[in-house]
Amino acid sequence: MQNPNEIPNGKTGPLTWIGANLGRILVSLIVPILTFVILWQGYIFLRDSDAPKLVIATIAIIWGVGGVALLFYVTNWLVEKLPGSWVRRIQPFVFVGPGLALLGWFLALPVLRTLYLSLLDETSTKFVGLENYKYAFTDRIMLEAFRNNLLWMIVGTSVCVVLGLLIAVLADRTKYESIYKSIIFLPMAISFVGSGVIWKFVYAYKGEGVGIQEIGLLNAIVVACGGQAQAWLLNPPWNNFLLIVIMVWMQTGYAMVLLSSAIKGIPAELLEAARVDGASEVQAFFKITIPYIQGTIITVTTTILIFSLKLFDIVRVMTGGNNGTNVIANEFYIERFTYNSPGRASAIAIVLLIAVIPVMVYNLRQFRERKAF
Amino acid sequence: MASVRFNHVFKKFGDFTALNNLDITVEDKEFLVLVGPSGCGKTTALRCLAGLEDVTEGDIFIGENRVNDTPPKDRDIAMVFQSYALYPHMTVFDNMAFGLKLRGVKKEEINRRVNEAAGILGLEQLLKRRPRELSGGQRQRVAVGRAIVREPKVFLFDEPLSNLDAKLRVQTRAQISKLHQSLQTTFIYVTHDQTEAMTMASRIAVMNKGVLQQLDTPQALYDRPDNLFVAGFIGSPAMNFFDAKIRKADKEAFVEMNGFSMKIPANKAEKYMAYDGKPVIFGIRPEDIHNPEFLPSNINAAEVEAKVDIIELMGNEINLNLVSGTHNYVARVDPRTRFTIGEKVKLVFNMDNMHIFDPSLDSENPVAVR
Repeated sequence: MQNPNEIPNGKTGPLTWIGANLGRILVSLIVPILTFVILWQGYIFLRDSDAPKLVIATIAIIWGVGGVALLFYVTNWLVEKLPGSWVRRIQPFVFVGPGLALLGWFLALPVLRTLYLSLLDETSTKFVGLENYKYAFTDRIMLEAFRNNLLWMIVGTSVCVVLGLLIAVLADRTKYESIYKSIIFLPMAISFVGSGVIWKFVYAYKGEGVGIQEIGLLNAIVVACGGQAQAWLLNPPWNNFLLIVIMVWMQTGYAMVLLSSAIKGIPAELLEAARVDGASEVQAFFKITIPYIQGTIITVTTTILIFSLKLFDIVRVMTGGNNGTNVIANEFYIERFTYNSPGRASAIAIVLLIAVIPVMVYNLRQFRERKAF
Repeated sequence: MASVRFNHVFKKFGDFTALNNLDITVEDKEFLVLVGPSGCGKTTALRCLAGLEDVTEGDIFIGENRVNDTPPKDRDIAMVFQSYALYPHMTVFDNMAFGLKLRGVKKEEINRRVNEAAGILGLEQLLKRRPRELSGGQRQRVAVGRAIVREPKVFLFDEPLSNLDAKLRVQTRAQISKLHQSLQTTFIYVTHDQTEAMTMASRIAVMNKGVLQQLDTPQALYDRPDNLFVAGFIGSPAMNFFDAKIRKADKEAFVEMNGFSMKIPANKAEKYMAYDGKPVIFGIRPEDIHNPEFLPSNINAAEVEAKVDIIELMGNEINLNLVSGTHNYVARVDPRTRFTIGEKVKLVFNMDNMHIFDPSLDSENPVAVR
């Protein structure tokens, strides 16, 4: 589009241009400034006001939501004043920019700070090089935590996925599918700490003595079957598996729901073709169903894998990492808050982060292949 | 190679009867087409034969064996699905080899058969591709190839051409006919397209609402439809129907329509005498209505006056929508015809090819009187 104000032979100097567009430039400056002032005034009011809480809250919501909308709108309006090619170049950043800035502030910056802290001693003042990392990879407790995390990842993940798949397939052929699936999905709605409390009752052991009554469900079953009450969470390595059961209880529902929807996405004709081609039910399952939902299986597996790698709550609540049940995330917590050693804690956190990255990258690549984003 | 027999087969889905006493015998090496409007039960019949549905009542035989309780994999049939149902994670080669691998056929034999089928279908260059990298026509051929390599007793086709464009459909139709000739195996083919049925079948089974309407050769269905449904379904444009009455006068019989009447040829008159005064339905195909200028010789002609309503030029013929009395009907006339819209013209019915249907037994689907 030609600007009608432009002199046709193209001899427009910058001064002429500014002169012609002075009004627009002024407006472009005044509107953002005005916006900023409005938002700032809102902030000042919210900070200093003695108004009733309800009023403050309402204003805060309006100020927050409206402020974000106003900021986006004004910035976008400003950018659209620019020449066409610049609009296309800058506009995406108007919308992505704030998100990126927040991510950088809350995610990237803390990572860098943690990295920095991991190179300092427990007072966070003296540089100790890789000393904390040496600890993270050689300390007996840490090695135990690594071993346990590996156990969680291998046993926990595979049991979750296999069980989830099995239930998804079987439920698909029953009449009351949604009821079964709801029941199995239910634990997902309980927080980890909450389920920790629930399972503490399941595994409870009161010890031996006069007048002591066992209240644990598991012990009740064992005793009813003629066995001896056990201190379930004190005996390695079985206590680890008992803790893993809790994660399986919680995460199988997640695996089941995703796999079930993937299974339902398989065209019926595909399985019929396989049956006509000579496949038994089992062959059709392994040669058609599994490859067809492979992408979902990988996504579910990696998600649960990441989850078991950074697992913390269950161990924290159930055993506190004692009796050979420690995991990396719990050791990090202990180092930081019990032993008050930010250097070591940061080193452990970085190790954990690096361990998660490959799984994460693989997961993202899977998403991209399936055009999930 | 085997014959196939549906022996009084019923299939019910709850209250809905999809197959109502289906009784068909398909001879060995025959090309049988099941045709009918959607929901008529033709696909259900095919799925029952494949073992993908259980029959509610009756027996299905493949060769000498009753297969009611035989799982699909042991029925020795191959099926081409409407959606092709190619395995998306397998290459074209693996798609075709899948059934053979499951049956434990030796590797060299698998290679030989797949390559042979690929040769017949022109798929040699595509063997390493995946289904998503193929065009619709190529996918269709892979689906056929997957059936061929199995060398089954019976081939089942479930509307295999409905996802192809018009031109490709005509080509593929010819290919499937050729395939039937070279393989010399029993083909059972389901379609809703009567042109497909007419062009490929050795015999056609016309179905409606789960009931077999007529089973005969294409020509016989066209010439001697058993009832109004078959008469209206086979042929395009469809047969014209007129509410009419039979009138007897001495030794002659007439069909009386609203506004005009026609003499029934002497050789046919006798069998309609009994219907004197009764309401019937008179049927005549558009191609049996002629422009008197271009009249074929040796026909029993009966004249009628009509007003031309619409003229459709087809090149090789002209379709006229006509009005006579209260009746609207279609004629396919010689392309040299020069009528104009609104013109009152004289046309000729070829009464040798007339049809009379008697609604007294079944008012919904009157039976042909022959």
